[in-house]
Amino acid sequence: MEQLFDQLCNSLFSQLAKDESLAISLQGESSLFNRINGAKIRQTGQVNDSDLSLDLVFNNRRATGSVTLTGEFEPDLEPVLDEIARLRREVKELPVDPFTVLPEGGQSSRTVLRGDLIDPEQGVEKLLVPMQGADISGILASGSIYRGNANSAGSKHWFSSDNFSLDYSLVNPQEKMVKATYAGSSWSQSDYEESLSLSIEKLQIMGQSSIKLEPGNYRTYIASAGVADLLNMFSWNGLSELSMQTGESAFLKMRNQGLQLSPLFSLAEDFSNGLVPRFNAQGEISAERIDLINRGQLKSCLVSSRSAKEYALESNFANEGEELRSAVMASGELPESMILQALGTGVYLSNLHYLNWSDVVGGRITGMTRYACFWVENGEITAPIENMRFDDSFYHFFGNNLEAVTAESHINPDVGTYGGRSLGMTQCPGILLSSFALTL
Amino acid sequence: MDLIKLLGQLDIKADWVGLRYVNESTTYRWVRDGHPQANDRSSSKGLMVEVLVDGQFAYYATSRLDIESVQAAATTAVSMAKAAAPFSIHKFTEQARPVATGNYHSPYQQAENSLSAGDINGLLVKSCEALKVSEKIVSTNALARIVNSHHLYVSSNGSNVEQQFLIVTTGSMAVAQDGPIVQKRSDSGMQARSWQTGLESLEENRLLEDSVRVGEEAVELLSAEECPSANMDLLLAPDQMMLQIHESVGHPLEIDRILGDERNYAGWSFVRLKDFGNLRYGSDLMNITFDPSVSHEMASYNFDDGGAKAEREFIIKDGILQRGLGGVESQIRSGVPGVANFRASSWNRAPIDRMANLNLEPGDSTVDELIGCVEKGVLMQSNRSWSIDDYRNKFQFGCEYAKLIENGQLTRTLRNPNYRGISNSFWKNLKGVGNKDSFEVYGTPNCGKGEPNQVIRVGHASPPCLFADVEVFGGEQ
Repeated sequence: MEQLFDQLCNSLFSQLAKDESLAISLQGESSLFNRINGAKIRQTGQVNDSDLSLDLVFNNRRATGSVTLTGEFEPDLEPVLDEIARLRREVKELPVDPFTVLPEGGQSSRTVLRGDLIDPEQGVEKLLVPMQGADISGILASGSIYRGNANSAGSKHWFSSDNFSLDYSLVNPQEKMVKATYAGSSWSQSDYEESLSLSIEKLQIMGQSSIKLEPGNYRTYIASAGVADLLNMFSWNGLSELSMQTGESAFLKMRNQGLQLSPLFSLAEDFSNGLVPRFNAQGEISAERIDLINRGQLKSCLVSSRSAKEYALESNFANEGEELRSAVMASGELPESMILQALGTGVYLSNLHYLNWSDVVGGRITGMTRYACFWVENGEITAPIENMRFDDSFYHFFGNNLEAVTAESHINPDVGTYGGRSLGMTQCPGILLSSFALTL
Repeated sequence: MDLIKLLGQLDIKADWVGLRYVNESTTYRWVRDGHPQANDRSSSKGLMVEVLVDGQFAYYATSRLDIESVQAAATTAVSMAKAAAPFSIHKFTEQARPVATGNYHSPYQQAENSLSAGDINGLLVKSCEALKVSEKIVSTNALARIVNSHHLYVSSNGSNVEQQFLIVTTGSMAVAQDGPIVQKRSDSGMQARSWQTGLESLEENRLLEDSVRVGEEAVELLSAEECPSANMDLLLAPDQMMLQIHESVGHPLEIDRILGDERNYAGWSFVRLKDFGNLRYGSDLMNITFDPSVSHEMASYNFDDGGAKAEREFIIKDGILQRGLGGVESQIRSGVPGVANFRASSWNRAPIDRMANLNLEPGDSTVDELIGCVEKGVLMQSNRSWSIDDYRNKFQFGCEYAKLIENGQLTRTLRNPNYRGISNSFWKNLKGVGNKDSFEVYGTPNCGKGEPNQVIRVGHASPPCLFADVEVFGGEQ
């Protein structure tokens, strides 16, 4: 696929006119999907899909387009040339875009992460046999993911990764569930079976009768996976410079009124683990680490070069959507082994579900508790709780109500597959809150 | 693309083979504050080869359409089906893929190319100008999305279907700010104006009039009262009923959810298989139809992606649950009557149970009568926030704009209106349904579900509806 990308880029750049600028991106995958319900195969299949996106700038006007690739140079060249011809016709009709940023050259990178993946056909048995006897739903997504970018100013980046994620839920007869993800680049049957055993063990606790909580404010511990869900909200009406400038950011109070979060809360965009490409669709490379919130103080937003030009700021080479790509929240000092003791009496939440802003300006997020969530009394888990709705502001739960942050941090891979398999991740610890609002 | 010929050339041993081809282009134009933000056309073209072997379906999605590649895809799919067959959730036969022949074309007046890229950008720039009714408007947005989607489906048991869709979405949105107060208002909730139409949806006078109203209401919200917190009557406008139907009726009635397919992702359902034909889902006024025949509604079609003929069916009649939202596979697995809603987002995703057009049928009240019977309540319009639990019970929704209703009259404007409830008890409190004159059709291009994930287009139509004793509350600014 990298060779095809190079060939198509060479063909396109060689016939570009002097006053045209072009950025080319490739996004592709070759993926196995095994969908599981009741530890049985619900659906099984393979998807080979790649797209080439073209971003043409001419005379301060910009048009973009994408076409599906087959993976073969000869049949792919014609639709790609047709698309650039269409963009040339269209771009002349468009109004001037004063904030168009021309691609810059000089930067190149190449990352190839090879893996040892499960065999698409014979792997079914390895996957399913250890599950037998349990009620498990979920999906195994496995294969190669490709990202490429090159521009007419001379930069070129390539990133490919062989990886898998088995994202699954175990369900007991009382319909209580435990969530787990086994992900990586090399499938290890023993690691997989150990992960499964741990999840089955965890499910045992869920066998007790559940407690129905009354709405109110509770001491609460939220585990890393739940914290990742909360942090993911910051990619939407959150830390984007554009959303800040257009009045749509939940962080306006921090910028305009000087509000601060807890000194225990620090958040950065951090690519140092190498799991996510640092280049964006314009071929720009982000710094390895960008401090966004440091000890409760807003330090920076995610600033694309387009926003930088529009608002006379310095770009930190965020992608154009200015979303978090590789968020890392700083760890604290509470050992995970001490969580229950530190919580004392309150609610332990493993996972959250279906989050949305209920009041953007107020920083208020609503959502549900889900999976392994417990009532804890005097440092001991006493029973699972029935799912509760929460509705609380991050100005509270990452602010004054943030009592402690765990010393351990976990990587939560983005297992999303809308439009293709994702590469993002969120690394974060768990948080202990003096109060968290459960509302229904 | 001659799928019949391609199918005839395949040399594999399978109990059934299907080929489903999709060629779709999405043109997206977005202008912000009078400047072009996006002029994009994404195209996607490919084929899903599906086989049935030993009672197990398997698929291979490929963008290579030559016979050698399709043969290789089919051969791999056969191997995958054989490998998975010992672990099948259900042993299917080709009855799961009924024979379908026919076609469908979206109705429209003005073709996709009847306006140039420059024309549409010019219109969106004007829309931004119309939105800026005050210096307090700090951001304006106008968008148009045009989807042209061509679907072909053939199968070894004789199906041959062609469907062509033209779908246009328009939207305008303004953000108003006065010191720390920020309010956003859009045209029926962003992207609710999604229909199977041509470019007549981009009629200039209508777009500009709506843009002025949206801008004025954004400014109006800055000085509006905060929505009160209390239990009271709630009148939902059709553009919020869309979301209410979608989340608390549509998703819980998807049979694949009830069968547990979605437990690891979207969730389960409070509805059980035994509830069909029995459960009182709502008051006697509640009539819900699956209706793929509504002209211009976003998810109208003649056949689903498994070949089932799409027909209007009552899902809930006089408040009683009649049938589920499940395609033929789910109907076979569950024994529950369903509908033709086995749909895939594109060629690279396998079909699953999805909503299509799911509508609440009109009642007999005028809008004035609905308002007139409320002593104290709130009218809410246009969704801005949505969240519901994995069983589709506990929901919380927020709207952009509200009016207080006092003694049968609309009085003051309210900002940050929210409400929450539990699906079944909420629908049992339905106490008024607008008549056919107040029936409005909307859609959304963004319904997410499935593993691997899929985004699909759905339509929802409804009159305004009045609910009793709902927990209503405001924001925190």
